[in-house]
Amino acid sequence: MAFPRTKNSVLPGFGLTMGYTVLYLSLIVLLPLGALVIKSATLGWAGFWAAAWNTRVVASYKLTFGTSLIAATINAVFGLMVAWTLVRYTLPGKKFIDALIDLPFALPTAVSGIALTAVYAKNGWIGQYLDAIGIKAAFSPLGIVIALTFIGLPFVVRTLQPAIEEIDRESEEAAASLGATRWQTFWRVIFPSVLPALLTGFALSFARALGEYGSVVFISGNMPMKTEIASLLIITKLEQYDYAGATAIATMMLAASFVILFAINAVQWWTARKYRGVA
Amino acid sequence: MVDGTEVSGGRMSVTVQSLPGAIPKGSLVETNLAGRLRLATDERSWVKALLITSTLVFLTLVLFVPLAAIFAEALRKGVAVYFASFTDAHALSAIRLTLLVAIICVPLNLVFGLAASWAIAKFQFPGKSMLITLIDLPFAVSPVISGLIFVLLFGLRGWLGPWLDSYHIQIIFAVPGVILATLFVTFPFVAREVIPLMQEQGSDEELAAVSLGASGWQTFWRVTLPNVKWALLYGVILCNARAMGEFGAVNVVSGHVRGKTNTLPLHVEILYNEYNFAAAFAVASLLALLALITLALKSAVEWRVRREFEQALEPPT
Amino acid sequence: MSIELTHISKAFGTYQALRDVSLAINDGELVALLGPSGSGKTTLLRIIAGLDTPAVDPRSRIRFYHEDVASRPAAERRVGFVFQHYALFRHMSIFDNVAFGMRVMPRKSRPAKNEIERRVTELLRLVQLDGLGRRFPSQLSGGQRQRAALARALAVEPRVLLLDEPFGALDAKVRQGLRTWLRRLHDEIHVTSILVTHDQEEALEVADRVVVMNQGRIEQIGTPEEVFHKPATQFVMEFLGQVNVFRGRVQGGKAVLAGVPLEGHYFPGKEEGAAMVYMRPHELDIKLYKNGAPSFPAKITRINPAGSVAKVTTRTNDGQDVLVDLSLEDYERLNLTEGTHVHIYPKSSRVFLPEYEI
Repeated sequence: MAFPRTKNSVLPGFGLTMGYTVLYLSLIVLLPLGALVIKSATLGWAGFWAAAWNTRVVASYKLTFGTSLIAATINAVFGLMVAWTLVRYTLPGKKFIDALIDLPFALPTAVSGIALTAVYAKNGWIGQYLDAIGIKAAFSPLGIVIALTFIGLPFVVRTLQPAIEEIDRESEEAAASLGATRWQTFWRVIFPSVLPALLTGFALSFARALGEYGSVVFISGNMPMKTEIASLLIITKLEQYDYAGATAIATMMLAASFVILFAINAVQWWTARKYRGVA
Repeated sequence: MVDGTEVSGGRMSVTVQSLPGAIPKGSLVETNLAGRLRLATDERSWVKALLITSTLVFLTLVLFVPLAAIFAEALRKGVAVYFASFTDAHALSAIRLTLLVAIICVPLNLVFGLAASWAIAKFQFPGKSMLITLIDLPFAVSPVISGLIFVLLFGLRGWLGPWLDSYHIQIIFAVPGVILATLFVTFPFVAREVIPLMQEQGSDEELAAVSLGASGWQTFWRVTLPNVKWALLYGVILCNARAMGEFGAVNVVSGHVRGKTNTLPLHVEILYNEYNFAAAFAVASLLALLALITLALKSAVEWRVRREFEQALEPPT
Repeated sequence: MSIELTHISKAFGTYQALRDVSLAINDGELVALLGPSGSGKTTLLRIIAGLDTPAVDPRSRIRFYHEDVASRPAAERRVGFVFQHYALFRHMSIFDNVAFGMRVMPRKSRPAKNEIERRVTELLRLVQLDGLGRRFPSQLSGGQRQRAALARALAVEPRVLLLDEPFGALDAKVRQGLRTWLRRLHDEIHVTSILVTHDQEEALEVADRVVVMNQGRIEQIGTPEEVFHKPATQFVMEFLGQVNVFRGRVQGGKAVLAGVPLEGHYFPGKEEGAAMVYMRPHELDIKLYKNGAPSFPAKITRINPAGSVAKVTTRTNDGQDVLVDLSLEDYERLNLTEGTHVHIYPKSSRVFLPEYEI
């Protein structure tokens, strides 16, 4: 591949590093992803829809999107609370708690899955109390929501923390000196300025939840039409050597996550343009 | 002049009593609450207490209890059973495969990360932002789909599968598949830490080194690498954690052949599905420990990465 | 009296920001708090606004129009606070920024929607931002932002307007313009105002009275003329304008510099001791020859005639640099060049005795 040479070509190594980057990227990422795109293209319109949109699959979409949406919303609410507490307040062991927020990133999802199942099962540490008041947590959509909340939490907290740190304390003081109560200051000054970060965190958490597999399969119970998420359905299809079915569902899910990531970029671009004067 | 004299401008150390303004005769019964006044940037104390409590309860339910449960379940049947879970032949082979996968994937993605950062940060070329987006692409692909794409490519009913099979090369349901899937999911980790830092640092120092007669390699080893070492380490820590802990993608391509294609997370799944909970949680506790070590290292390195960034943003002095 | 502060102290950790400060400000007055950074002026302003709390002291009081506001949070003090870096709400338009204070009023005292609109429009006209209400803060220049911040502070009809280095973030030219404009605005609306600044020119030009602060204490309160021409302390003497400092002595109750007695400085009862003698550059005169009046010889080392006066730097025999401001006519008449030997005549001076109490 020929790349135009540059002004900066005093430094050596452009050809070597660029060549290697493109080759490695193509082999590990682009070629395999291309396989998915081409495979779904070869299915044909009718074949694709038959595989991507039948009752069982649609039920799994509804479940996946529904639980992901609920989990992302829970994370938005509690993530804001957690981030606010960690940035603004002093409490013992704060550094430790702050470091543990990333646990869902660092813990293998299978481990998270069995741990959450153990805790929220009928005889589990927390599950027994929920069971006593008639709530079935594990092996129900609620269990899926719990797992997805666990998985998505760091996305919201880690996007919000810098945004809260960045809030101009003087603008809060200005609001107070203009007669605003703390509550008014929160809703009219603080919340709007962290909203872009909150939306980004919500969307990241939602996107992650859509594709989550490991932490969900143990706690969900995996009953077709009821607690079968899209990722699991892909694996089921693969195990039956139904490559077409798996590919169709995967393409739908991948498209959804690209749409979300695109929306995140749009939100960030829009806020940067509007408030920071970046034309 | 008889006396020593000095030019004005130096601050005098002599302090003079302040002149009080008019002091009104306030009545002494007035209470002074100044010390207890709530500041404009503070919440009421009950609001604060409520927020802290909610945070702790939420984190306890979602994070702390499940983490504690791993170790509690692992030790439920006693220490002997716990340690026996690791000496089992299948467990040992899972440990070996997990280490092998990490030893292969981390260095490969490390070299890639450095090469990509050098090309992107030190040179101008069209399509740069497109390239950065493509490098981040694997993060947007869910684990199961990351496994699926390799099955479509190398599976027995995939495109290259039959051809490879004719040479008796097996990738899917074998170790190469596990490695490929892991390479894919850990692909961006090092690059995305190092690229922004190197871009921020620019090429001034490298140009200076070259102008002083250093070769390309010397410049890289003596100037560039030391400048990004903490960000690089940070990327490696995250990359390694994911390489050892990946479940979804590996689950699709491994085939769960005991003693052959099982990594630790897959071994946990098998034990769990066999209702061998004590052993499943024992192996899980090993992975949880690894996660905790990762978090500790990450926290330790984090502020150094931030400092590297701050130094890059500061104008040179 | 509109604002009275008594016995206000404040420490941040081990750093003593304010040491028992008392201050009274008249209704409708524009007062400048002037001092170097770290002198406590901003802390004092923030305490008045309720953004910081003073140290607990049973004698300390903060009164607005005889009402004790010390226990009132910032939101209830009705002060207009203008921040150095504007602190405009960046996600709100300029109009919404100015309207904010009225919109957050309790429902029963909140003006009607069209009344808010009318007042915001009026305020924007007052600060010369008519027609820019729909812009966002990022779309305005620094000077415009500060005027918007001022309009926002005025919108709540504050009992006192507090300005914290309001022009500190602006470049010199804009600063000069806004300074004059602020004075005119104050003459128009007469709201009691306190301006914090480290820029002496700004304080002397804008304020009715100047409060000079240093190391958490008030050094002097007075009109610009008083603090400049009758400095109460050495600090004020040195802080305002350029000044030549000499080590003199007191001998037999009289101040003596280089063996020459200084007219008008008597210290009854003080027989012998050190004295600091201060002379501003315009209080010195240069002549080519001795004429009998007290003087000391010097050599000209530098002349800068670019300005309304010629700034002449001279060096005395024992190596002290002495600055003299000479009118341009005198400078031309004397035909001075670098290296010329001259005699310097003090026209007036100030003497401080470090340990002398009046």
